[in-house]
Amino acid sequence: MRVSPTPAGWRGQPGRLLPLLLLAALGAAAPGCSRPSAASHGHLTIQNKGSDTIVNLAQAWAEAYKKVAPDVSIEVSGGGSGVGLAALIKGTIDIANSSRDIKPSEVEEAKRSTGKEPCDFIVGYDALAIYVHKDNPLEEITFEQLAGIYAEGGTLTHWSDLGVSLPGGRNKIIRVSRQSSSGTYEFFRERVLHNRDFKLGSNDMNGSKEVVDLVGNTPGAIGYSGMGYANPRVKMLRVAVRAGSPAVAPTVENTLSKAYPIARSLHMFTLGQPEGATKAYLDWILSDAGQEIVAQCGFVPVAPNHRTGQARPAP
Amino acid sequence: MTANPPPGQPPRPRRSVQARLGETLLEAVIRLAGVSAILFVLGIFFFIFREAAPVLTHEKFKLGQFLGSIEWYPTSAQNVRYGTLALTVGTFSVTALAMVLAVPFGLGAAVFISEFCGPKLKETLKIVIELLAAIPSVVWGFIGLTVMSRVIVRYTDADVGVNLLNGGIILALMSVPIIVSIGEDALKAVPDSYREAGLALGATRWQLVWRVLLPAAKNGLLAAVLLGVGRAVGETMAVLMATGHAVQIPHGILDSVRTLTANIAAELGEAPAGSPHYRVLFLTGVLLFSITFVVNLAADLVVRGIKQK
Repeated sequence: MRVSPTPAGWRGQPGRLLPLLLLAALGAAAPGCSRPSAASHGHLTIQNKGSDTIVNLAQAWAEAYKKVAPDVSIEVSGGGSGVGLAALIKGTIDIANSSRDIKPSEVEEAKRSTGKEPCDFIVGYDALAIYVHKDNPLEEITFEQLAGIYAEGGTLTHWSDLGVSLPGGRNKIIRVSRQSSSGTYEFFRERVLHNRDFKLGSNDMNGSKEVVDLVGNTPGAIGYSGMGYANPRVKMLRVAVRAGSPAVAPTVENTLSKAYPIARSLHMFTLGQPEGATKAYLDWILSDAGQEIVAQCGFVPVAPNHRTGQARPAP
Repeated sequence: MTANPPPGQPPRPRRSVQARLGETLLEAVIRLAGVSAILFVLGIFFFIFREAAPVLTHEKFKLGQFLGSIEWYPTSAQNVRYGTLALTVGTFSVTALAMVLAVPFGLGAAVFISEFCGPKLKETLKIVIELLAAIPSVVWGFIGLTVMSRVIVRYTDADVGVNLLNGGIILALMSVPIIVSIGEDALKAVPDSYREAGLALGATRWQLVWRVLLPAAKNGLLAAVLLGVGRAVGETMAVLMATGHAVQIPHGILDSVRTLTANIAAELGEAPAGSPHYRVLFLTGVLLFSITFVVNLAADLVVRGIKQK
């Protein structure tokens, strides 16, 4: 999910982020040049890399943390969950961001190459809501129906195929999706379509908010996006894994209890129990201040009683 | 002549070494500036092609599929396919619709400003039209995405407001200022003696415009239209936001489309550098470059043909 790293809300595609980051880097480099000994004055750098889903959230944390601990700078980069975990195992970074669980093979590899076990911090949750226009009478939907609408070869093309008639007489289902390189696109494809391809001809938006905006403007539309992006012009559907099983609404509670089926945990991994500045940073992320940023970025914060600040050794 | 100036005339002032050196230097700089355009074009083509070339021999890439298939699945988990036909058709259809809307408006406005309106209105119109040209494309896209899409959903039976019609209208509005200002210049360049002769022969104003001015200015007017086409083909941000960004061959002006430019803008930022997806996007750039090259070349040939007649 691409989210706005700040409440002010500039769109956070890395492509558009990059020039800004470069500018920021230049700005940061200028005083660095005149004071080459900055590192020896106790200035610490935490290397943070991994999931593209989390990268904007991680960036928002890093920016906010500058005010909390001005002598610690956090370098955030994306690349994907696998890239981040690979770098952690090699020991080139301090924290790996991942939007999936660590694989047993990766735990083994980390133990073999460094002798330490990766520690898993769940720092938030990402729940994808299925949005339709507010006037759409549909209330719930199954994975099978979603696949029929979205997957290549799916046969559901009109709302009447779902037994729904829209006010205003429009009948065609307008599929709103994401650009093919987005993590949300991949997560939806993996979880709901079981890795089948999307049907061509969907309206592929470039951000989570754009998806919801278009659905809100289009009576016959359906779309998937983070639940934090809901607005009064759209409605979130309850989702059932199969016909007959209970349909679950995308709420914070249902996400936390894992009852909602299109949600995933957002992880940060360290090598062994974190220490020093890294531990302080992770503790801050799991504090109220850090979790507030999670909500601002459109993700689900971790419930207070789950925020132990303690690392669980990865399975 | 240089050796012995005729008596009675002052001797020709001799240029200092400095002045002559300056002259040569300046000439060299100007020459370089002139030739640099060619260097830049070749350089850009070279670098884009160099990024794209390795994919041509990639096992999953087929040139026939690239040009002739509509199936664009660059990140598929099961079967990666790189077909750009739908994107090419999208680019052409949006451009064509934009020109259908913009050419009559643009040329009409140019004729009105140049021939029919009074000097005060003329100045106002020119300023306003220049202002129209100064609106950034992302603002146009924003208008398409928010205002225009709601209007279209409301007053047509379109299923979705961001579509070919929306993109076409936005692109037309963006190209009109170019067509107007260049078209007006072309009409202004027609000598006044043509107008005087026409009026002296008893032509009405309309006859004068239709039979005298338009034929006389057709080169410049064609150039104005083609610059508008160039603007429309290359426009990215506005069409990305207004066309709906859907990979499909449109069956009507109320279907969503995706253009080559918008596709590159949306995907290049997140395609891992050096991956086949990244290289195919550069190859799409080469394709776009070729299309604009052919359009420009055709325009040039047409203009030459008109000149020779």
